[in-house]
Amino acid sequence: MTETRTVEVVGTRPLASRAHAAGDILLSAQVSKRLAGPGQEFVLDIEFQAAAGFTILFGASGAGKTTLLDCVAGLTQPDGGRIAVGARVLFESVRQIDIPTAHRRVGYVFQDLALFPHLTVEQNVQYGLAHLAQTERHERAAAILQAFRIGDLARRSAREISGGERQRVALARTLVTDPSALLLDEPLAALDAPSKAKIIDDLREWNRLHGIPILYVTHSREEVFALGERVLVLDAGRIVAHGTPHEVLRAPQVETVAQLAGFENIFDAVVEAVRPERGTMTCRLIQHPVPAYGSGGPFLIETPLVRGGVGSAMRVGIRAGDILLATVAPTGLSARNVLPGQIASLEQRDVIVAARVKCRGEVEMEVHLTLAARDSLQLALGKEVWLVIKTHSCHLMQK
Amino acid sequence: MIDWQAFWLTVQLAVVVSAILLVVGLPVAYWIAFSRWRWKFLVETVVALPIVLPPTVLGFYVLVALGPHSPLGRWWISLTGHTPAFTFSGLVIGSILYSLPFAVQPFAASFAGVDRKLIAASATLGASPLRTFFRVIVPLSLPGLVTGAALSFAHTMGEFGVVLMVGGNIPGVTRTVSIDIYDRVQVSDYAGANATALVLLVFCFAVLALVYSVNRKAWPAGPAK
Repeated sequence: MTETRTVEVVGTRPLASRAHAAGDILLSAQVSKRLAGPGQEFVLDIEFQAAAGFTILFGASGAGKTTLLDCVAGLTQPDGGRIAVGARVLFESVRQIDIPTAHRRVGYVFQDLALFPHLTVEQNVQYGLAHLAQTERHERAAAILQAFRIGDLARRSAREISGGERQRVALARTLVTDPSALLLDEPLAALDAPSKAKIIDDLREWNRLHGIPILYVTHSREEVFALGERVLVLDAGRIVAHGTPHEVLRAPQVETVAQLAGFENIFDAVVEAVRPERGTMTCRLIQHPVPAYGSGGPFLIETPLVRGGVGSAMRVGIRAGDILLATVAPTGLSARNVLPGQIASLEQRDVIVAARVKCRGEVEMEVHLTLAARDSLQLALGKEVWLVIKTHSCHLMQK
Repeated sequence: MIDWQAFWLTVQLAVVVSAILLVVGLPVAYWIAFSRWRWKFLVETVVALPIVLPPTVLGFYVLVALGPHSPLGRWWISLTGHTPAFTFSGLVIGSILYSLPFAVQPFAASFAGVDRKLIAASATLGASPLRTFFRVIVPLSLPGLVTGAALSFAHTMGEFGVVLMVGGNIPGVTRTVSIDIYDRVQVSDYAGANATALVLLVFCFAVLALVYSVNRKAWPAGPAK
């Protein structure tokens, strides 16, 4: 963690250099908020610090991501806690500090963008610059419209422009105010992949120049890897995992994360043997219900070493796309798990084929193949196959 | 044959009343649309009362409230030297109360219809509540504001009971078109009553038709889709 270092820097560095010194502004938030919905109660209880740059908030809908952003922006009042950007306290329940939204200098791009429909693109972008003289207002708006490649839309009405353009206008309108922190609530959710990639490039460029903490809410794994320096995973109002996108999404530690990250194969397992010297463990998969017949012996697979001794209960997640399928028994492999089985079903989904393979009459695994692979291997129901799974494709989670 | 003095007095009254209601009604409507006070419904009830209350009852209370025996009436007398009863000012006060719901309810409904996200966006862009009100809420509520102003105008044009109770029937001061028509019927001047009624009908129709045609072209409230 670099937070301790960055805290010291705040307030000592001259303001002018702020734009180029990434890491000198820190958003710290400790928020508790109880929301009573119809028939259920939701409690947000979160504490984190975000350095300059992108911090991704990842989680299913209803996890509390938007409520958290609303608390930081001052649109929702937390029941308790403290929110600060750098040395500036925005909210503190103990000292009864609650800076009004308009004075927080926290930029917020909403999921539905909330462009002012009765104003032009240019008027939308100038909206947050009311405190400036007209010429400066005009110049700054023109500059950011240019930077976001929407200069030619300036005089168009906000209702007349396309989805991607509206996304750019919403970002420009918020960024032009030079906020000290930025909240982005799935701002790219409605876009196709190429427009998304372009806007992500522009956002990264803007972030490189400004270096402020950015909280970025998304459901999308691609956006997490494209933007993320740090990921916070929220579930039911709590942070359940955090780290780099690689750490959090490639090797999830809690099951909710695994489901979000899209593991098609999740099994209960018990640790049978631990081999620290090799960095691996052997786990026995458990099927429910226990089948009446079996081909003898426990169903063992080799997994990476994680904390947990022999006998501890785990879950193993394996992505369908990480499993190789062979029609003859493979030899001379580096992969440690080779499982014989039979094809139980084949289903084409768009351009992939999802095959379910019954291994030793016990465990069913989902495997994803290309159409070409299905055809060249002449796969059919009942065909004998071998599944090849690398040790590090087996992701262990706490149960 | 037509009492044009009464007609213009009525138009004057309606213009003054709807102008004042536009100013007074906006904050009241804003409060009704956005307040989270648990007893808010009581205020809404009071505002809506003139819709169901007989105008004579309203006029009677206005007369009592502004009479020489009430603090309000004494304050008015200290300012102007006479009670507001049987004066144009008295008519204006009575008419404002009488037409209040016709202005406030459309205002409040259109304010409440403005997308809350736009109001939140305005705040995050540094705008004060007042600036948000005039730059976002009012422009997006224009149809409701026009409707409210037009309804209170038309409603005042045709009022009778409150005018009779508060203003009486003084030509050039408190004698409005509806009183004039009533008087003519009382003395069996049906031709005169008919002509005056027709003028009022055509005038009110023209005003409302103009308002609705303008509203048709106005921005629909809500976010850009």
